[in-house]
Amino acid sequence: MNKLDTRELIQRVEQRAALSSEPSAAPHLELDHLDTLWLQVTGTLCNLACLHCFISCGPKNDNHDMMSVEQVDEAIDRAVEEGVKEFYFTGGEPFMHPDIETLIERALRHGPLTVLTNGILIDEDLASWLGETFRRARYSFDVRVSLDGTTRSENDALRGRGTFEKILAGIDRLVAAGLNPVITVTTCHAELGGREGRQKFFDLLAERGIQRPRLKFLAPFKIGREERRGGGYQDYERLRKGDLDDQARQALQCSSCRMVTSEGVYPCPILIEEKDARMGDKLDDGLKAIELDHPACYTCFVEGVTCRT
Amino acid sequence: MSNLNTRGRVALFGGVYNNYLSLQATIDDARRRGVDEIYCLGDMGGFGPHPNRVFPILRQSSDIHILQGNYDHSIGHRLDDCGCGYTDPRDNHFAQISYDYTLEKTADSHKDWLRDLPGEFRRQWCDRRVLMAHGSPRRINEFLWESTCSDVFLAYLLDTAQADILFVTHTGIGWKRRLPDGRLVVNVGAIGRPANDGRTGVDYALVEISAEAVEVSFVEVEYDHHRLAREILSEGLPEEFAESITTGWWTTCLEILPARERAAGRF
Repeated sequence: MNKLDTRELIQRVEQRAALSSEPSAAPHLELDHLDTLWLQVTGTLCNLACLHCFISCGPKNDNHDMMSVEQVDEAIDRAVEEGVKEFYFTGGEPFMHPDIETLIERALRHGPLTVLTNGILIDEDLASWLGETFRRARYSFDVRVSLDGTTRSENDALRGRGTFEKILAGIDRLVAAGLNPVITVTTCHAELGGREGRQKFFDLLAERGIQRPRLKFLAPFKIGREERRGGGYQDYERLRKGDLDDQARQALQCSSCRMVTSEGVYPCPILIEEKDARMGDKLDDGLKAIELDHPACYTCFVEGVTCRT
Repeated sequence: MSNLNTRGRVALFGGVYNNYLSLQATIDDARRRGVDEIYCLGDMGGFGPHPNRVFPILRQSSDIHILQGNYDHSIGHRLDDCGCGYTDPRDNHFAQISYDYTLEKTADSHKDWLRDLPGEFRRQWCDRRVLMAHGSPRRINEFLWESTCSDVFLAYLLDTAQADILFVTHTGIGWKRRLPDGRLVVNVGAIGRPANDGRTGVDYALVEISAEAVEVSFVEVEYDHHRLAREILSEGLPEEFAESITTGWWTTCLEILPARERAAGRF
């Protein structure tokens, strides 16, 4: 979707919301095809408790437990029957999983895989194994590391004291092992999403000797711990029937992805702690249309967010 | 037009990117090999010089069949940009330069022609159902990279499109894969820019069709890339574009590359 279209659509949504306080039904979205299977391999367990997390992940949150190897296998096998294109592992922090190497190998047997991590647990041995896996795998293997500022104070205010240096050290080890991780930035501070803000990240990586920077910028979701930090959604920030044309439907990743956790199946990685978002026990239960009735759906629509790399 | 019931030889290419020199060299090479038909899978414009020069070559040949690419759609409809939507300000900068240049320099009659090109071709080659598309059978701007398409996903695309053989382009890097069930997917790559592998030559796909088999090979074509680089510079286009042509390594718009394909390049 080009920028002009997006602006026009946002205006239309906001004007309509202002004119009518009547809540109207949410749009319905078919699953076109299961292109992407997300797996919440470590559930909500994380070694950090970032203030902007859209699910309240942390060392004490076990709302979603770690997935067993069998649970991951079962979801992958079912997705393969559907002709899945690619896999994503997230958490929590995926590298807290005791069998993470087995899980990575299982997924890569069937298709490309991206692992989302904060990078902190990546020591030299693990980095070296990841580098070998990247070179050996038949399909693309990508690692995505989240970094939320170009200075210690900017990042650590959201991620916790000392994390800026630890994250960058993890990135350095990945690069030394021959990987070129994608650095993901959540644009909690609006200026980070602008041209100059983005350029600072490219400059930071260049200073660290990363000559082929790969960056992804993501808008924050005002749910989970981020709701307590930055405030939640306004009433008008809801999608309503008629907001979506075909192009917008296709752009929403929930038209082509599902998320499986130890607790069941969900439309996407964002909604796993949202009331009523759970679609059933198994991936099979999620292979159907959804209602875009969550406030976070509004962010995906207006910001054009996709969790894919 | 045009099903092949016994045997035949066909050439396919994509991604011309204004490179009228490699276009002529590719067509000459294919004709020398006695091909029955030539297919161009789209994206006439791009970072090369003199956009109008590719059209006489393409439009005046009755043996060439041409599809619309996403770039052709944008130029044909006189849109503001190529719709690539890069994250890296540097990528956006270079993409906009080549798009603005191509939009300005392409004659109106050629824009209308681009606007009206077909979106796919279907053929029957010795009982095999063949589909040609720009990006993928379902989307003009979907990237099918070798490293990011699982076998089962390609099988799904073929099932849905009711095809046994699929040809696409759009990514700029060619590959082919025979699925376990014998069906075939080929990304024919681009002839307008080298494939980010350090070679200055460009590749097209040559297909040998018989009742027994359909075999695809990539044929490398050399052309006067020094001349193209000089013309890129004399048109005031960025040095980075000329560098890709003379070194064989991509220098711009790199963020679309998956990890594997990115690691194979120099930048």
